[in-house]
Amino acid sequence: MTSPVYHVTDVRFRHNHNRSAAKNWVFEGLSFAVSPGEFIGILGPNGSGKTSLLNLLARLKHPQAGTIRLFGENLVQLKQDAIARTVALVPQDYLPTFPFSVEESVLMGRFPHQRSDTFFSLLSGMGWESDVDRKIAWSAMQETNVAHLATRSIEAVSGGERQRVLIARALTQEPRVMLLDEPTAHLDLHHQMETCRLLRRLNDDRGLTVILVSHDLNLASQYCDRLLLLDHGRIVALGTPHEVLRAETLRAVYGCDVLVDQHPASGLPRITIPGRVNAGGSPMQSI
Amino acid sequence: MLVLVGMSFVVLAGCLRFGAEPVSFGDAARILFSALRGDPAERETAGPATVILLQIRLPRVLLSCLVGGSLAVVGAVLQALLRNPLADPYVLGISSGAAFGAGLAILLGIGTTLWALAALPLFAFAGGLLALLVVYLITRVDGQLPVSVLLLAGVILNAIFSACLMFVTSIMEPNRSFGMMTWLMGTLTAPTYQSLLVLALYLSTGSILLVRFARPLNLLALGEQAARSLGVEVEQVKHRVFVISALMTGVVVSVSGMIGFVGMVIPHAVRMVLGADHRLLLPAAFFAGAMFLMIADTIARTILAPAEIPVGIVTALAGGPFFIYLLISQKGAMTR
Repeated sequence: MTSPVYHVTDVRFRHNHNRSAAKNWVFEGLSFAVSPGEFIGILGPNGSGKTSLLNLLARLKHPQAGTIRLFGENLVQLKQDAIARTVALVPQDYLPTFPFSVEESVLMGRFPHQRSDTFFSLLSGMGWESDVDRKIAWSAMQETNVAHLATRSIEAVSGGERQRVLIARALTQEPRVMLLDEPTAHLDLHHQMETCRLLRRLNDDRGLTVILVSHDLNLASQYCDRLLLLDHGRIVALGTPHEVLRAETLRAVYGCDVLVDQHPASGLPRITIPGRVNAGGSPMQSI
Repeated sequence: MLVLVGMSFVVLAGCLRFGAEPVSFGDAARILFSALRGDPAERETAGPATVILLQIRLPRVLLSCLVGGSLAVVGAVLQALLRNPLADPYVLGISSGAAFGAGLAILLGIGTTLWALAALPLFAFAGGLLALLVVYLITRVDGQLPVSVLLLAGVILNAIFSACLMFVTSIMEPNRSFGMMTWLMGTLTAPTYQSLLVLALYLSTGSILLVRFARPLNLLALGEQAARSLGVEVEQVKHRVFVISALMTGVVVSVSGMIGFVGMVIPHAVRMVLGADHRLLLPAAFFAGAMFLMIADTIARTILAPAEIPVGIVTALAGGPFFIYLLISQKGAMTR
């Protein structure tokens, strides 16, 4: 029997700086599991705890109570580089302070794979990447379509290109799980779809487990197997897009009316904002 | 890299050549080689040039080489840790803490009785480490060091230590407080070969240890969360690097006082030329810093010869405009 990728049990978490306040728990008893090869979208309004959840899964933050198991092993007992060989996090945004090149940035994904126990590396101590490392980084750059930017400074590329560099870096970690915080936020339509297709392809071909946070309900509906809808740190719904993306559920969580119908090609739920009523078109019906 | 090492030797030779008492390259080379061979005949017939070169100029140039290199490496490392290209030992208050420690030692008369080798670096290191501990304890929130708070704590501590140092200076006898002032402005005096050896041991060990952290430092320069998610044991690396930096700063301050600008300008300049990878940057910064201070010190001791000016003045006057020039010439590239 294979153990689940993530097994989250009764996790309670609040930010440290909120210690004085009696309430302000971000999560009060969160439990769910993620199976290998799943493609999960975490949805929810601003401040519902999406990014906190991602940080907990990447062990950037520690829960005050409860356990998170990664492939059956307790997350708090794992070493940082062991986690980084399994889980890659693509942060939402990254403001560079120093002029690393795109290739250097991507190669940093090889850090958790460096061998520090060999005599040679003790001798040199500098930890230069090997040819294998370079090959892996290069194919990741080609997959995310940033290879042509290799020598450019990370400061000199556009926000969308930087986003794809971060995904290339995550791929270079050769992870089994990829966590992404709003990977399509800074991208135009073309690159939004490119990114989602790339993630889908990695998921289908290599069995990469993908967990992404998104505000884009439609993209999540089209590309994710399962959706996890958060509101004030509680799981409101967890299931297929059909089960989660219901007009009444969304109204309860987001506090506004939306139209939910079927995507004409995929048959998956499609969310439309109501807009102006009868503004020239024919009235639509919510289902 | 090899170019930098080569350039360093050229600069070293050049700095030996110039001084209040000029020695030609030929003479300098002849004296050095015979000293290396340990030729007894040469030692007996030693002229003033030999004495000046071997007893005064060479140790001093080597000292400036070590001090400049170390300051540049520590500066580069702190810039990476704080993700602030303007950081150096001074911003964190390590230097003023170390200077206060050393100043206290001088006030208590320890500096004059048990001269520099033993007591002064120890006091300076204690001061630097004290500054670091205070900054650390103020800043620490549940085992983490938020960078913004760290910077603020450093600035405030700097002010406090500077005030203490001024107090110490003001209650000294006038002639000693004058010496104190010159030392504070940054002065390199010719050391004995024994103390030079001890210094070299300290500083080269520290530099090599810091260079070994180059790869995790690359990742830390991206941000602590990014570094952690890429597998760096962030807190562990930070603690070690901070202690090594404090030690090196303490040693440097105790021998040369407060020499500013080297730790800030050199890493910045090297980064503009070679890029941000610390595996290249740190060793390159060492040699660039060494060259910079060797030249600066040569200027300091020749420009008003036979009198000298504190080298700290030269580094600030040379470093400042250079920094502005770099900023202006790179402005286009930075805003692209």
